[in-house]
Amino acid sequence: MTPETNPTRTPDDAPRAGHPFDPELREGRIPHIWCPGCGIGSVLQAFLEAVDGAKIDRDELSVVSGIGCTGRAAGYLNADSFHTTHGRPIPFATGLKLARPELRVCVVSGDGDLAAIGGNHLIHAARRNVDLTVICINNLNYGMTGGQAGPTTPIAAKTATSPYGCHEHPFNLVDLVATCGAVYVARWISMDVRRVRRSIEEAFTKKGFTFIEVLAPCPVSFGRRNRMDDAAMGRILVERCEIRNGADPRETAIGEEGPIVCGKFVDIERPSYLEMLADVRKRVEEAPA
Amino acid sequence: MSREVLTGTHFISGNIACAEGAIAAGCRFFAGYPITPSTEIAERLSARLLEVGGTYIQMEDEIASSIAIVGASWGGVKSMTATSGPGFSLMQEHIGFAFITETPTVLVDIQRAGPSTGLPTAVGQGDMMQARWGTHGDHEIIALCPASPQELFDLTVRAFNIAERLRTPVLVMSDEIVGHMVERVEIPHQDAIEIVDRARPPGPPEMLPHPYESYETSEADCGIPPMAIAGEGYHVNMTGLTHDERGYPAMNPEAQEKLMHRLVAKIRSHADELDLCVEDGVEDAEVVVIAYGIAARVSQGAVRRAREAGRKVGLLRLQIAWPFPEDRVARIAKSARGIVVPEINLGQMVREVERVAHGNARVVSVSHAGGHYPPAEALLAAIEEVSA
Repeated sequence: MTPETNPTRTPDDAPRAGHPFDPELREGRIPHIWCPGCGIGSVLQAFLEAVDGAKIDRDELSVVSGIGCTGRAAGYLNADSFHTTHGRPIPFATGLKLARPELRVCVVSGDGDLAAIGGNHLIHAARRNVDLTVICINNLNYGMTGGQAGPTTPIAAKTATSPYGCHEHPFNLVDLVATCGAVYVARWISMDVRRVRRSIEEAFTKKGFTFIEVLAPCPVSFGRRNRMDDAAMGRILVERCEIRNGADPRETAIGEEGPIVCGKFVDIERPSYLEMLADVRKRVEEAPA
Repeated sequence: MSREVLTGTHFISGNIACAEGAIAAGCRFFAGYPITPSTEIAERLSARLLEVGGTYIQMEDEIASSIAIVGASWGGVKSMTATSGPGFSLMQEHIGFAFITETPTVLVDIQRAGPSTGLPTAVGQGDMMQARWGTHGDHEIIALCPASPQELFDLTVRAFNIAERLRTPVLVMSDEIVGHMVERVEIPHQDAIEIVDRARPPGPPEMLPHPYESYETSEADCGIPPMAIAGEGYHVNMTGLTHDERGYPAMNPEAQEKLMHRLVAKIRSHADELDLCVEDGVEDAEVVVIAYGIAARVSQGAVRRAREAGRKVGLLRLQIAWPFPEDRVARIAKSARGIVVPEINLGQMVREVERVAHGNARVVSVSHAGGHYPPAEALLAAIEEVSA
């Protein structure tokens, strides 16, 4: 749903109560474009709380997004924010991080952006163990363009481009990035804001490629085609969510039925890209001229 | 630590000269993907950038390379990528992204014969119109055309300076022969190389109005906003969406009109600075050859031979293809009887020459499909044809 057609959008001059996170957001950017019942906003708040909790200087925070509903996240934040091209926030963030290693560079983007068009970048960034915090908000479809099937759409789900049910096998994102070498991998649901916040805060303490998938309801684009109007999609995520910290990522695929396994699955140490690069730099400096 | 500028006389290929030009210009970030015939640029920089404290990263593809350099530039580091034919096709979206976000960066295309995989190891000049119009949507682009290893050094430095000055991506459109040709290259002393750095905000963030209008421009800055970078407290707001002076998305035709006109005008209004051409005997010539890259080198020999045969022939060598040096070519079309345009494509820049000549001179294309330069004999025949 575009902002122009979003019936819930209030005019800019409508009076509204202040929010404790107003100073964290760019002046004049709210109301946001997200639909009622969407889970992106609560993840964004959890992200901001994690930034505060980790005592990250706002001037040293860069947030990079791609294109799509979650792609709009970066631009709302009162920090250095980069709204890049579809699928490419990770290579943009890689260039930024290598140019300014002292900055905290985070990618906040959607499942279609990061795992379909940007899938190649996702796996290679995990392989390199680039020092990035990647938050993938997974709403199981392409929300902004009106609810088409994507790489995470469950089998049999109805979407605008799978009217008879999706017949493609979806990615299990946490297994994918764990296999590629990410040092921190977790999955949560957007309603579990406390665990989302704690997990992001924990990821901030790690060097290397950290990945947090957050399943978010998308009642307007995905839910209504799958008999999950209004709060139903969120309720079903809550009902199916089963926390199993330390579970083998290979055992966490999201099926048509049964539990949606959430938790922290990977928390390992592996030299990060910047650490590996520092080693090379040392060798170059020590090499005879 | 090794020297940043390799001052002295060298016997090196165009691709190596390009890499050294980048280092001399202050480039400290290169993201690339190996592709013939540009690979030597990446190879050289993978060593040299580390030696001068910069960063080289080999990305997973050219799409990633072309946006990693945009990210690095917003980190305040001069950045570049280099590629050839198919890789250049993959980079097109981010040329437009760098244009609308006003990101200084340099993209080098060592052209080979295409389309598709074509002749990967052999020369072509078929990407000239892609350079101009390859990214979607309207825009203005700057593309330089070196014709020798020396010019691959000089014009790569120039490309960085123009990119920084105008806050826009700059293309270096060379070709396989110039890239692989080994010639003498003079690298000046560091102090003799002009270096331009982007304009920075007029003060620290706390001294500026809030919210900071980072895309606000004035007459004084010629429509080029000073560039705030990440990590300095400006809270940079950057988007590929049409945006207003604050960088906020502005989804309406008025904002589109305003932004597009400013972005295009900031380049067109600097046309005088961008009129990079070398004239040889053009003023009183009856026939003028207009060429760029390796085709211009071949033209030098053909022009000499035609003069020996008594013809009044001049040569206009384009060091810049875009913006096309319209005034200069229009003048030539009025003073000369004929214009010959040799290219290693089936006629691309000749269309611009025809458009600008506006019927004032006869324009003849000497085309070659690629894999070889246009032979001097074909040029001589064309010169005879328009002289007759």
